[in-house]
Parts: sequence; structure tokens; C-alpha cells
Amino acid sequence: MNADPAGVLTGAHFIDGDHACCEGAIAAGCRFVAGYPITPSTEVVERIAERFPRVGGVFIQMEDEIASSIAIQGAVWAGKKAMTVTSGPGFSLMMEHVGFAAMTETPCVFVNVQRAGPSTGLPTQPAQGDMMQARWGSHGDYQAIAVCPNSPQECFDLTIKAFNLSEQYRVPVFLMMDECVGHMTERVLIPPAEEISLVPRRWFLGSPENYEPFRAGPDMVPQMVKAGDGFHIHVTGLTHDERGYPNMSVPAQEKLVQRLHDKITKHSATIADYVEDQVEGADIVVVTYGITSRTALPAIERARKEGLKVGHLRLVVVWPFPEHRIRELASRISAFVVPEMNMGQVVLEVERCSAGKVPATLVGHTGGTVHVPEDIYQGIVNSRKGR
Amino acid sequence: MAEELYELDENLPVNPVESLLRMDRMPHIWCPGCGIGTTVNCFAQALESSGLDLRKTAIVSGIGCTGRVAGYLNLDSFHTTHGRAIPFATGLKLANPELKVVVYSGDGDLSAIGGNHFIHAARRNMDVTVILINNSTYGMTGGQVAPTTPMTAVASTTPYGNFESAFNLPALAESCGAVYVARWTAFHVRHTTKAIKEALLKKGFSFVEILAPCPTLYSRRNKLGDGLAQMVYYRENSEIRHGADTKDVALEFQGKIIVGKFVDRVRPTFGEAMDRYLRERLGADYLPATAGGA
Repeated sequence: MNADPAGVLTGAHFIDGDHACCEGAIAAGCRFVAGYPITPSTEVVERIAERFPRVGGVFIQMEDEIASSIAIQGAVWAGKKAMTVTSGPGFSLMMEHVGFAAMTETPCVFVNVQRAGPSTGLPTQPAQGDMMQARWGSHGDYQAIAVCPNSPQECFDLTIKAFNLSEQYRVPVFLMMDECVGHMTERVLIPPAEEISLVPRRWFLGSPENYEPFRAGPDMVPQMVKAGDGFHIHVTGLTHDERGYPNMSVPAQEKLVQRLHDKITKHSATIADYVEDQVEGADIVVVTYGITSRTALPAIERARKEGLKVGHLRLVVVWPFPEHRIRELASRISAFVVPEMNMGQVVLEVERCSAGKVPATLVGHTGGTVHVPEDIYQGIVNSRKGR
Repeated sequence: MAEELYELDENLPVNPVESLLRMDRMPHIWCPGCGIGTTVNCFAQALESSGLDLRKTAIVSGIGCTGRVAGYLNLDSFHTTHGRAIPFATGLKLANPELKVVVYSGDGDLSAIGGNHFIHAARRNMDVTVILINNSTYGMTGGQVAPTTPMTAVASTTPYGNFESAFNLPALAESCGAVYVARWTAFHVRHTTKAIKEALLKKGFSFVEILAPCPTLYSRRNKLGDGLAQMVYYRENSEIRHGADTKDVALEFQGKIIVGKFVDRVRPTFGEAMDRYLRERLGADYLPATAGGA
């Protein structure tokens, strides 16, 4: 399925990441957005508010982020593609409905333009401190998908990808931007609609007698219907059976939660998306995501010039974590270096997958600005010394 | 086991609203003497006589005893998170305006944790019907004090009696902009049914508060007898006063209950206002939303 040309601003644009995210959502077929103003994400919904009435979309500014994050799910069950947009403090408030979306298998997109925390922190300045929150923020066991753009172009491209993943697997998907990417203005190429491929909702096309809303086939993702189709579905955040009816038994819990888990973990190789540069034959691999993938470049180049064999592994999809690739590399390189704008989050995953075979050096940063490449360079050099 | 319990004598008359209920989910979870089931019966009858298309009617609940209502109705039904039925309903309605969306939940769910959503949906005149069952307590969690618990009433978290003022919900709804506001009790089944039907057919934010006994927790702790005793209290202390000024209808512990239709007015709904305004401003550039699209 291709994008609807009516919503696609084909051409070259000079816009920031927030605006590009908005255009990505429209191109992806998103026609419902609920949001609440919060720096540095507000420009996304401001542009949505301006664009939506011209493309058949509905935007509503809700009373808070809790309301926004559940209003989008109402819209999804009425047949829309929907997203909400926020930053740290709002993201914290939305966690309740991340869990609801996971439990009810409601495809939707949460955009988090990360700023420095904790709490109100530095509202106008970047960080990557919400990465573990994106993975574990809501209570209970569930799997998450998170994608990390490093440019306005990717804010466009990966917003579409986020929608596609959410429809494919019926999960909430996080677009984990940061203030730097959100407010960075660069050239953004929007392709013609026919070159944008979309994953449509996985509709059930049979009759109501043969339908159980939460019975999944071999790929573990059930087919969906919407309110008003005459199916009289029941959807609950309680543990439920295939009919969607509450079932408070241990077997029902085990069956449901295991499937919700497996439908992502067993597809993790397909979902994985990373970009490698000179990783083959590398001695040290720098693992980055988001804006850090760009601040690391001068450091990597300098180290290479000085004769170090440095590879660059940039994670486009951070969750599910590409465990397999890190394990593989851990068995043949000397060290990982993980620069991130937090005090050590994704580095924990790199360490876990390295399983003690090679060290993983964090180049941490409390946020507020991006890394100085010098610090990442020192991290690369020290990672070798540490052995 | 549930099936065995419900192998009924075929000669017995069938419950006239059975087709509106998910009979495969019976028996329900409510206690003997609880008033919620009575209100569901009223709702089902009201819905049936309203002529609304049942395929296009969705019901949304939050969490709690009344939060279980959605799951027993044979409609598109959504059992959401605590307090968030109204914003979920908002998304559902705006995404497909052809749907009739009903929110059915309890006093704690809608007026405490969901209070913010309640006042904003009323302010926007969101086109949803809100049915609030007020049993004066948090039943599901064991009878804690609620924003609707009358002063001096004992609850598990106010063991010496409640010293907070209770919400006057009809006044709250009216002052925020609801276009239809009524209050009845589980004793007034005919009035309740009629009020729900009116609310269902009213465009905009319509609100029906229904007082219902919670014999297991609220009545027992306050030594008010069983469910029947509370129905007697409703019968003997209710005064029908249509058009009453909502500021005069606050509830007191075992005091007089003013019931009736308090507000019935017309204001543009959120959807109508949005549509009219954007059409005016954008002219031919305005592309109104249509149903579906994913």
C-alpha cells in the first residue's frame, strides 16, 4: 500500500526535525493526533494543527498527556492511524497507556523529543535519558519497539517506519527523537507518494461468527476490526482470552503475556535496523543511536587516522535490542564504546550481550548539549588502554 | 461452572434485554443488593427504545465495579484504564462521528482520578453520554472514601468518618458546560430509564448521575442495612424537582436527595464547532475527516 498523495508534500524542504516528523506522520496515513504542549516537541503538534484540517485529519489538544495517550487509542479503535507527541515529563505521564496499548495490541505511535531530566530538568536542551523508560516505563512485562532518528530527514523517514512497525506488530512504537534532532534544520527530501510504502492495518475481513479479536495466527499478531463494524468486540486492559473477555487465571496470563512477548522477540531479526561502517575487521566498535551517531563521527575519523581500527554501529532501532549482532561482535573485537547523552542506559545492554567477553566503555553525558567529539575520542583511546 | 449455573428452565420467561447483554459472561461480579445491575437493566431498556443503531453504539468504561459494565454489554465495548474512559471515548467519537459513544463508570473513576477529563469533556461539549453510578465509595478496592462520600460517613480510609466535602456532581457538570444533566437513584427505574434515553438522544455532553447502594462496603460500614434498606431510603427521601438549581442538589449523609432533570440546553458540540469554524476559515481548503483510514 502506498501513501495517499493528498497528504504528501513531495519535494525538497528545509525544515527541522519536529516539522519533518509531522510530515512523516501525514505521509504515513496518520489522521488523528492528540497532544499537549511541551518543549521541545510542541512544533510537531503546531504543524499538525495547521496541516490536518487540509488533509482530513483531526487534531485535539487534550487536557494533559494522560488524556492524549488514551485518546489516540480510542481513535485507533475507530479505525484511524494515530499518534501523540511529547517530551520527558509528558512521556512519564503517558506510561499508563503505553501498557494499555501493549495489552490491548493497539497500534499507535508515541513521539518523544527527549530533553534533559530528571523532572523538569532542562526543557529546551537535549538528552537521551528516556531510553530505558521507553523499554521498561510501564508496569508489567511487555516488549517495545523504539526507533532513533539522527536527522530531520530521518525524522520524516522513521516516523513512517514507526507507523509501519506499529501496524505490522500491533504495538505502541516510540520515535525517540531528542531536542537537537527536533530543532535541527536540514534538507528533507519527501519522495512521491507512490514511493512511500505503508503497512495497512491488519483488518479481519471475515464475518463476526468466525472472529475472535485476540486469536493470533502463526505470526502471533491478531487481526483487527474497528468499532462500528458490527462485531461487538470487547477490549480490556485486564488479562483476557482470545474473545477479549477477562480471564483471571494463571494459564490465561501465561498464554497472553508470552504471546505479547514472543510476537516481538521472535521477529527481532526482522525488526532490527542498524547501519554499520567499517565494522568488519574492526578492533573497537562505537555503538551509537540518534544524534550521538553524528557527534561520534569526528572522533571515529580521528582515531582511524591515528591507525586504530574503529567500526561504527549505529542503531536505528534500539528496541528490540540487536542482541545477536552485539554477541557476534563481542566474540571477535576488543572493545565497545558507547557514547550516549545519559549516565549509561543502552551501554547496559551492550554489556549484557558482551557477557564479559569484551569491555563496553560508556562515554556518558548528563545532557543539555551534545557530546564534545574529543570526549568520545578519549573514550575510544581509553577503551583500548583498559584491556 | 458458569454454564451449569445458567442452565435455566426453558419455560421461564427470557430477560427482555438479554440480547443486549453478553450472556456468555454471566454471572456478573456484582454483590447481592448492589445497584449497578439495576442501572444496566435501565440502560439496556433505554438503548433498545432509543432506536439507536446498536452496530454504531460503543460503550466505554474505566476501572472499578461500574467499570465492569462495558464488558457485560453486547456492543463494541472498551474497558479502559482508571479514570480515562472519557478521553478514550473522545478519541473514538472524533475518529468516527457516526458512532454513539457512551461512557459508563463509577463516581471514583469519573470524578476523582478522571475528574480532569470529566470537566474538560463537558467544557468542550464532547458528544458523549456519561452515565455515572454513584455508590458513594470505591467498591472494588474495599470501600475507601471517594470524592462523593458524604461528610461523616465511615469508609475504610476514613475510619472516624469523612471530614471532606463531597462533590455536587450535577453542579459540576452544569458549570462546566454539560447540555443535559439529570440525577436519579436505582430505586427510580422508570425515571432512570427515561433519563438515559433522553441523554442518549441528546447531542453533546449529556450526564446522568444514578445513586446506587453498595451494601457490602458502604452500607455495612455505616450500619445502613442491606441493599433493600438503601432502596427504602431512596424512596422515602427523594424529592423530584425537575429544573432545580444544581447548586441546591448537594448530597448529605442519609439526607434528602433531590432528583430530576436539572439541565437540558443546546450548545454546539466540539465536532460541530470545529467543523463550522474550520469551514469558515479555510473554505475549500478544509477537508473534513471521514471515518476509517488506517
